[in-house]
Amino acid sequence: MANLAANFAGIESPNPFWLASGPPTNTYGQVARAFDLGWGGAVWKTVGEPIINVFSRYGSVDLGTTRMMGFNNIELITDRPIADNLKEIAEVKRNYPKHAVIVSLMVESKREAWHEMVKRTEETGADGIELNFGCPHGMSERGMGSAVGQVPDYTCQIVEWVKEVARVPVIVKLTPNVTDITYIARAAVKGGADALSLINTINSIVGVDLDSFAPYPAVAGKSSHGGYCGPAVRPIALHLVSAVASDKAVTIPISAIGGIATWRDAAEFIALGASTLQVCTAVMHYGFRIIEDLVDGLETWMNEKGHRTLADVRGRAVANVVKWEDLDLNYHLVAAIDQDKCIGCELCWTACEDGAHQAIRRHPRGNGGPVVEVIDEACVGCNLCSQVCPVQGCITMQQVPNSFGAVNWKDYSAQRGKLAPRSEHFHTATWESLPKA
Amino acid sequence: MARELANLPQDQLERNFAEIAPPLTADAALLEANTCLFCYDAPCTAACPTHIDVPAFIKKIATGNLRGAARVILDANPFGHSCARACPVEVLCEGACVLNERDEQPIRIALLQRHATDYVLERKVRLFEPGAANGKRVAIVGAGPAGLSCARDLRRLGYAVTVFEAKHKPGGLNTYGIAEYKMTPAVALAEVQDILDLGIDLKLGVAIGRDVPFDTLLAEYDAVFIAIGLGRTKSLGIPGEDQHGVVDALSFIEQLKTRPYHATRVGRRVAVVGAGNTAIDAVTQAKRLGAEWATIVYRRGPSDMSSFHYEQELARTDGCEFRFQCRPTRILGNGQVTGLEVETPQGTEVIACDMVITALGQEALGGFKIPTDNPKLFAGGDFANGGAEIVNAAAEGVQAASKIHAMLSRASTAG
Repeated sequence: MANLAANFAGIESPNPFWLASGPPTNTYGQVARAFDLGWGGAVWKTVGEPIINVFSRYGSVDLGTTRMMGFNNIELITDRPIADNLKEIAEVKRNYPKHAVIVSLMVESKREAWHEMVKRTEETGADGIELNFGCPHGMSERGMGSAVGQVPDYTCQIVEWVKEVARVPVIVKLTPNVTDITYIARAAVKGGADALSLINTINSIVGVDLDSFAPYPAVAGKSSHGGYCGPAVRPIALHLVSAVASDKAVTIPISAIGGIATWRDAAEFIALGASTLQVCTAVMHYGFRIIEDLVDGLETWMNEKGHRTLADVRGRAVANVVKWEDLDLNYHLVAAIDQDKCIGCELCWTACEDGAHQAIRRHPRGNGGPVVEVIDEACVGCNLCSQVCPVQGCITMQQVPNSFGAVNWKDYSAQRGKLAPRSEHFHTATWESLPKA
Repeated sequence: MARELANLPQDQLERNFAEIAPPLTADAALLEANTCLFCYDAPCTAACPTHIDVPAFIKKIATGNLRGAARVILDANPFGHSCARACPVEVLCEGACVLNERDEQPIRIALLQRHATDYVLERKVRLFEPGAANGKRVAIVGAGPAGLSCARDLRRLGYAVTVFEAKHKPGGLNTYGIAEYKMTPAVALAEVQDILDLGIDLKLGVAIGRDVPFDTLLAEYDAVFIAIGLGRTKSLGIPGEDQHGVVDALSFIEQLKTRPYHATRVGRRVAVVGAGNTAIDAVTQAKRLGAEWATIVYRRGPSDMSSFHYEQELARTDGCEFRFQCRPTRILGNGQVTGLEVETPQGTEVIACDMVITALGQEALGGFKIPTDNPKLFAGGDFANGGAEIVNAAAEGVQAASKIHAMLSRASTAG
C-alpha cells in the first residue's frame, strides 16, 4: 500500500497536497474544512499590511463549454489585519497539529519589517514560511511580490534577512515572469532558502469585452494585467519545475504549483521533481472536495505501479528532459490508422494536409474501403494526426525499426554517426509542378 | 354515435399539439455545438439535399456567431427554418453523422439549425438582398417550398419574380400539411414572409389554367418554373367511400391546422388506411385530438411501410395501433361510417370505427398539360419528384433557379 506522507524540508504532512496561498486559505474556517476533508497542508493567503481590493477581481478563459480553462486575478494579498490572520493560523495549527501550516508573507523590502513579520509569524507555531516573491499585479507596483522575484540580488537579499531570524523552514515562491527562472532559484539558494515553490501566476489579460472594450476583469470599464493560472498554465509550470529540478545548483526541495487539478497532474509534477503539490484554481472551481480523488487517484496509480513512497516517483522524469541536440535522430515513427475504429471524420487528413506534411490520402466514402490512409513513405511521425483524432486508440504512432544506431544532432553534426533513410517531404503541389504564367 | 368535434379540454389539446422537439437553450446549444467534431468533407453535408455546410454553421454557433450560422444555412436552403423542424434528419444529416460510427448519439443538427435560424427569424434579421435588376422576368407557379426557393434565389440574382398560388395562403404543404406538433402555420408563414420581403410579387388565389392561361405565362415571362405540388389523395376505390366520416389525410391535417383544435372533426374510433408518413401524421394527430382508439390499416407487413421508423415509434408511443395484412374492401355504414371491412389472411373482418382517414398518397394534378420541349420551362418539387420532403423541394427550387439563370445568362450573352 502506497504511503503518501510527505516531508518537505522538514515540514511533515499526511499527503503532498497543500492548498496554495490564495482565496481558499484566507480564513480559519476554510483551512479547517479543507483539512477535515483530507488536504495535507495549506499555505495561508499572503499576510502583510492589509490592502484594499477592487471589486471584480477574477477573469476566466473558457474553452468551448469548459469553464475556467485559464483563470486570472487582480486580487491583492490579505485584506485582513495581520493580528487576525496570525490568531487564526495559531488556532489552525493547534487544532490540526499533524497538518502542514505554512504562512505566505509579503512586507516592504526593509530588513526590520521582515524580521518583525517573521518573528510574529513563528509565534503562531506555523510549520514554515513562504516568501511571496511572485505576485505579478498590484503589489509589484509597490516594490513587492514579483518586483523582488524578478531581480536575483533582491531575492537573495531578502531571503538572507528572513533567514537571520527564521527558525522554521523558509520557502521562496518564484515568479515565472522572468527570462530564466533558474537564476532566481539560484539566488534564493544562495540567500539560504530551505525550499522553493513555483510557479506563481503569469502576467496576463484574459480578454476584452467587445461591447465596452473593457479588459476583463473589468473595474469601472478598466482593468489591469492579472496573474494567470489554472489548467492552461500547467505545461509552463511543468517546464519550469523541471528546469529548476534539473539545475545542479539547486539542491533544495520544490513545491509545485500551476494548474494542478487531478492526481495525474500531481504525479507528473512529482516525476519532474516536485516534493509537494499546491492547488488553488481547481479548488476555487470545484471546492475542497476534489482532494478525495487527488489522494485516491495518486494512491491507486502508485499501487498499480508498485511505487511505495513519493520518493519512489520523485524526479523519475527529470533525467528524460534533455536538450534537443541529445535526441536520437534515427528513432523513426509512422502513424498507423486502425481502420476498424476510424469513423471517417477526416480531421487527420485536413490537419496533415494543411497543417503538417501531406502524408494522408483521402478516399471517397461509401466504397467500403478506408476513408483515410497514411502514406507511410511521406509520414514524418510528427504525431499531429493522432492528436486530432477524436477516437481513442484509432491512430497510434508505430516505431519503424532500422539497422542504424542512435545518432543525435551533436554527434551527427560532428560527423559521428549516420542518418537512417527517412521519409521525403511529399507535396501535393510543388512549385515546379504549378503552371507558370 | 360518432363524435363530431374534438372534445378534449383546451389545455389538454394545447399540450397534445405542443412542439415535440422544443428549442435548445443557449447553454445546450453551446454544448452541442462544441461536441461537433467539425469533420472535413462532412457526411452530414453530403446527406443534405441542399448541402448545407453543417460543420461551418455549427462552428459559428460555437463561436457565438448565430447570424453567420443562419446565413450559411439559409444561403443553401431557403427553407432552413422549416427543415430544422420537419426534416427527417434521422435518415439525412443526423443519420450520416460520424458519431454514429462511434456508437454515440449523432450531433443534434436539426436543433442547432433551429437555434441559429430562430435567432434571425425572431429578430427579423435581413440576411439577403435582392440583386440589381437584370430586366428579366420569371413566373413561378406554386408558392410552396420549391417555388419560393426558386423565387428567392432568382430575386438574389436580380430577376423580377411573380409567384402564382391557387390557395389563399402561401407556403404550400408547409403551411397546410406539416404535423402541428412539428411546425405551426405561423412559423411556416413567417419563413415565407422573410422570402417575400426580398420583393417577390405573390398572386394568391390565382390558378394557372383557370384564371390565367398557361400560354400567357410562356408569352410574358422569360422563364416559367412549375412547382404546383400534387393533387387529391388517391381514393380507396371501394364501396362506401362517400359516407360521412370518410376524409382524406391531407384535408384532415389541413382542417386541424386552419381551425381551432376543438373545431376539428375527429371520430371516437379512427382507422387510417395507408402506412406512409402522412398516414402516421394523421393517425397520431387523430389520437392527439382525442380519438379513443386509432389504428393504421395496411395491406402489407411492417417492413413494407414507407414511413420512417421514428415516425412509427411516435405513433406507437401515442397509443396508436398497427393492423397489418388488412386489405380494405368496403366501408360500412348508413351514411355515417360504422366500420371498415378488411380482408385478412384469416378471412374477412370488420374494424369497428366511425372515421376512416385515407392516406394512400396524392394523385398527380390533372388537367394541366406541360409542354416538355419548351426550353423556357422548368419544374420541381412534389410535382416533379412525385412527393418528397421539404428539403427536396427546396433543393430542386434552388437548382431550378441556377438552371434558369444559366439559361437566361447564355441567352443574353448570345443576344
